[in-house]
Amino acid sequence: MLSNIALWVDERLHVSKLFASTAGHTVPASAGSWFYVFGSGTLLCFLIQIVTGICLAFVYVPSADEAYTSLEYLNYQQPLGWFLRALHYWGSNFMVAIMAVHMTQVFLFGAYKYPRELTWISGCVLLLLTLGMAFTGQIMRFDQDAYWGLGIGASITGRTPLIGPNLVHLLLAGPIIAGETLSRFFTLHVFVIPGLLIALISLHLRLVLTKGINEYPQPGTVVRKDTYEQEYEAVLKKEGVPFYPAAIGKDLVFSGVVLLGIVACAAYFGPKGPEGIPDPTQIDTVPAPDFFFLWIYAALALLPGYMETFLLLIAPVLGIALLFALPFLSNTGEKSARQRPVAVLSVMLLFLTLGTLISLGTYAPWSPHMEAWSGAPTPVQYVQGRSPLELQGALVLQNKQCRNCHSLGGTGGLRGPALDGVATRLTDDQLIRQVIQGGGNMPAYGKNLTPPEVTALVAFMQTLRPANEPMARNAARSAGRGPQDK
Amino acid sequence: MKDITPFVGLNPQQVSPAGVSRRGFLFTAGVALNAIAATLLAIPVIGYVFSSFRRREPYGAWIALGAVAHFPEQQTRLATYRNPYTRPWDGKTADIPCWVRRIAGEQFQVFAINCTHLGCPVRWFQESRLFMCPCHGGVFYEDGSHASGPPPRGLYEYAYKIEQGQLWIQGGRLPTLSEPL
Repeated sequence: MLSNIALWVDERLHVSKLFASTAGHTVPASAGSWFYVFGSGTLLCFLIQIVTGICLAFVYVPSADEAYTSLEYLNYQQPLGWFLRALHYWGSNFMVAIMAVHMTQVFLFGAYKYPRELTWISGCVLLLLTLGMAFTGQIMRFDQDAYWGLGIGASITGRTPLIGPNLVHLLLAGPIIAGETLSRFFTLHVFVIPGLLIALISLHLRLVLTKGINEYPQPGTVVRKDTYEQEYEAVLKKEGVPFYPAAIGKDLVFSGVVLLGIVACAAYFGPKGPEGIPDPTQIDTVPAPDFFFLWIYAALALLPGYMETFLLLIAPVLGIALLFALPFLSNTGEKSARQRPVAVLSVMLLFLTLGTLISLGTYAPWSPHMEAWSGAPTPVQYVQGRSPLELQGALVLQNKQCRNCHSLGGTGGLRGPALDGVATRLTDDQLIRQVIQGGGNMPAYGKNLTPPEVTALVAFMQTLRPANEPMARNAARSAGRGPQDK
Repeated sequence: MKDITPFVGLNPQQVSPAGVSRRGFLFTAGVALNAIAATLLAIPVIGYVFSSFRRREPYGAWIALGAVAHFPEQQTRLATYRNPYTRPWDGKTADIPCWVRRIAGEQFQVFAINCTHLGCPVRWFQESRLFMCPCHGGVFYEDGSHASGPPPRGLYEYAYKIEQGQLWIQGGRLPTLSEPL
């Protein structure tokens, strides 16, 4: 009975023929490797995002006034709303991560070379669109991070020469962040970019079918334009197997693992936020992006000022152009990573850079700890046995927000150096100069400290050294005179 | 010579080679009509989508921040105002803060909340008389000038006026480096 229905449907839809040319297409047996599972993994994450996104859109309200309330409703009142939010959040983290691994694998396996240039290029566009989804998705979680993140996006966009202000108005849907801004990003996140993604994924998959999946690269086997097609046909003839059911096993296993991973993370860690209410008058906030943009966050904090506009506007264009041009710069030749040291070193350099920047971004040492001046007490050992003048200096150190950037006893800001051993590094003259004139990342306090306050402060800081270490000595003064010779 | 046979069938003139036929006329007329209709549709749609690209006038409405007496001399206080270009569904996002520094008498400086580096909200500290930005560690002095960190210039300042004992500022736009207040 069922087989009759199946035959009836197939007679009209020709599904079995379609299946044979898509899921059942021939792949080299060597392509049934664990390294090849990341493409389907990324696609799975995208499908999860679509399904969970639709579920969230049943409840979420993309209005500047109500978005936050609807998010809280999803978290605390909608049955399993927290779980759907968590799935969508972790799904996005997994998707960006697996996409990065997929791209790295394709690069290291030379699969961008002839004749798969368009597959690589469409993949690069997919990378940009996915990052676009990540950025617009963060804005959907409309809290303080999202509100100020919009301002940051606008400020970066505003640095474009000539049309900067116009682009800002286009991005924000007006002169300033308002209700329409959120709607604009909602439309991008739900309609425009997913539509483009679906179209491009279809193209990407079609190219995989028309040009075949890359055979596992062997060191010594070189790609040549005039011989590649025949060589690939020969490989398929010799060791070709239908993708379904012969080579799909590892993809299925990895997909299962990813799915379980997303569910486990969602169930254990739960959703992210929403954090503070997106009320601009709540200025006691430290905005930060999700992990996939922490590297930009760190880079913008650490770059010297003169490089910034160039790096913000020119470097991405150059980088993307380089990515797009890659298949033409390295069109033929070796595919195996073992014979391509430049490729391997580039990947290592990229991962090291991104990894360092992302890990710095997680704790943002450049950010002053805004409550440390009143919340981090002077460690007890630094007030014991001090003279009254030195104790007044300790008070000045706390009161003038020095602890926001400097730590004592492990608590306080990390913007400037820890002051625990400052007396071993700077003499009293150097301390006075540094406090009054500032320098580097430190502002000048000269106008905001009276001379007695400076004296007290420096006197206190001169007591900050381990007992067994000598103080910094001013070699220009003769030995045996002055307070530093204690 | 690449094989273009698949594309040949698209040209109706080649279907009936004996001059202009009804088919050919209908095809050309159809294309032309649709081209006109598409243009008439596309222009307003593009105008709608990119309406905010064309900044129509310099945005700046005069907004009251409160009585001058509310701002003590030699102090910097946070004031808030409602965005004059608000939409009905803005809610709390239309409340914009700013820092008001009264120097003496009717001499003021009103700073935008946005750091000049990338727009994060700066915080004022009375004791050290510094504005500190949480995002990338930018610091500004009491008069708004740049003290340290990545910001390329001092704080953005609103144009202000005192009328009938009230402090007014000209605002309503997000300040950026290319379009400061």
